Amino acid sequence: MLPIAELAGVEVDYPRGRALGPFNLALAPGEIVALVGPSGCGKSTALRLLAGLEAPTRGTVHRASGPGETSVVFQSPTLMPWATALDNVALPLELVGEKKAVARRVAGEALARVKLTGVEQAKPAQLSGGMAMRVSLARALATSPHLLLLDEPFAALDEITRRDLAQDVHALWAQSKPAIVFVTHNVEEAVFMASRVIVMTRGPGRTAGETAIEGPLPRPQGFRTTPAFRHAAEVISNTLDAAMAAA
Amino acid sequence: MSRLRSIFAPWVLAAILLAIWEGACRALAVPSFLLPPPSEVAVAAVQNLPLLASSAWNTLSVAIIAWVCASLAASSVALAVSLNQLAEDAVRPLAVVLQVTPIVAIAPLVNIWVGLENPERGVILLAVVVAFFPIFSGALTGLKAADPDLERLFDLYGASRLQRLVRLRLPSAVPYILEGHKVAAGLAIVGAVVAEFVAGSGGAQGLGWRILEASHRLQTARMLAALFVLAGMALALYAMLQVGERIILRRWRGR
Repeated sequence: MLPIAELAGVEVDYPRGRALGPFNLALAPGEIVALVGPSGCGKSTALRLLAGLEAPTRGTVHRASGPGETSVVFQSPTLMPWATALDNVALPLELVGEKKAVARRVAGEALARVKLTGVEQAKPAQLSGGMAMRVSLARALATSPHLLLLDEPFAALDEITRRDLAQDVHALWAQSKPAIVFVTHNVEEAVFMASRVIVMTRGPGRTAGETAIEGPLPRPQGFRTTPAFRHAAEVISNTLDAAMAAA
Repeated sequence: MSRLRSIFAPWVLAAILLAIWEGACRALAVPSFLLPPPSEVAVAAVQNLPLLASSAWNTLSVAIIAWVCASLAASSVALAVSLNQLAEDAVRPLAVVLQVTPIVAIAPLVNIWVGLENPERGVILLAVVVAFFPIFSGALTGLKAADPDLERLFDLYGASRLQRLVRLRLPSAVPYILEGHKVAAGLAIVGAVVAEFVAGSGGAQGLGWRILEASHRLQTARMLAALFVLAGMALALYAMLQVGERIILRRWRGR
């Protein structure tokens, strides 16, 4: 199958030095890939390349570049504090030229899909951290993207909310099957979320290892206690340790 | 309870200070022209109430007109300048020059330009000059203070410049713009009073002129009465704007 997005031999240089690469990543449609690595390894940079928010210094990026085809969820909910939840979710639709009425209807449906009803008129400050993240997720899904980029989206949340949201992301993925790239520094979260986990070296990040995760998506009950899960987590932890030691 | 206490605390302190002042004046028999006791100031205030009220209204109306003019001018300049980095680089230092130059030093020039027979125009213009900077600076800072990740989001969905301005930058700037207006209102009063001092002709009959007039006649109690009215007026204006800011911000962020 043709990749839906691809980073081919990309390198990114910042004034302070090389941030990423050379790095390769090809995403099949509907695939969930997790990028795991230490802080400053360029995971977020790789994500910004895929989003088209940044251009590589060398190498090429192939991506679906139509408006709304790629969505990003940032580490913080990144909502407009002055706008209601509904208006926040409607924003991308309106920016890509959807009529206001249509945008609001679709936004309402997107909120319902992330299990948020009755808070359409609430402003971000009135929402809990987990709810705000759901709004952010609804906003990312509103345009029915082919590629969903998640930049440590659960980092600021408590463990229980994280697990809830992880399952919700899978449930949402099952509806429209976008390709997902999920950046995290939590090995277990990566194994739970992704069908393929890529471990990156300390910055400038390269691929240190890649592990396919066996098991169905969305994850069945008790997946975290299965031998497959434990084994994959162990392999990835070792790869991560080796990558840290080598650098 | 603690809230009530914090509301009363400044009043209690003011009362104590006034009592000390009154007591000291009486005990040390300070001459009235040097420092009249508060009771004498109060008598002077009551006796001159109509004149003080009309003077206060003159100063206040000048300050409000100047504040509105400064708001329109500063907001539109900030908006224009925010669209172009080169324009910002060019304008910002000049705005700072305007701000750091003491208003008293500009005042005589302005009075000549507007014509000595029109001191009230000079007073308004000078108040505009001092009220300009906080609004300009606040608006410009606010227009550039949008969350960088939200900016990225607008990039991602290919937002136009107009969409970015109307849907991201302007709403992001609201708290900064409000703060700038609040500071500017106080400064507009300062500007108006200073300008009345410099005009010094009695053509601009505000509280500044009342203070100057009383000082020439060595009527210290009347001076202080005008001064207290001025302080009270500025305080009331500030408090009103503070409440207004809070209401708008509560609507803005929904809490």
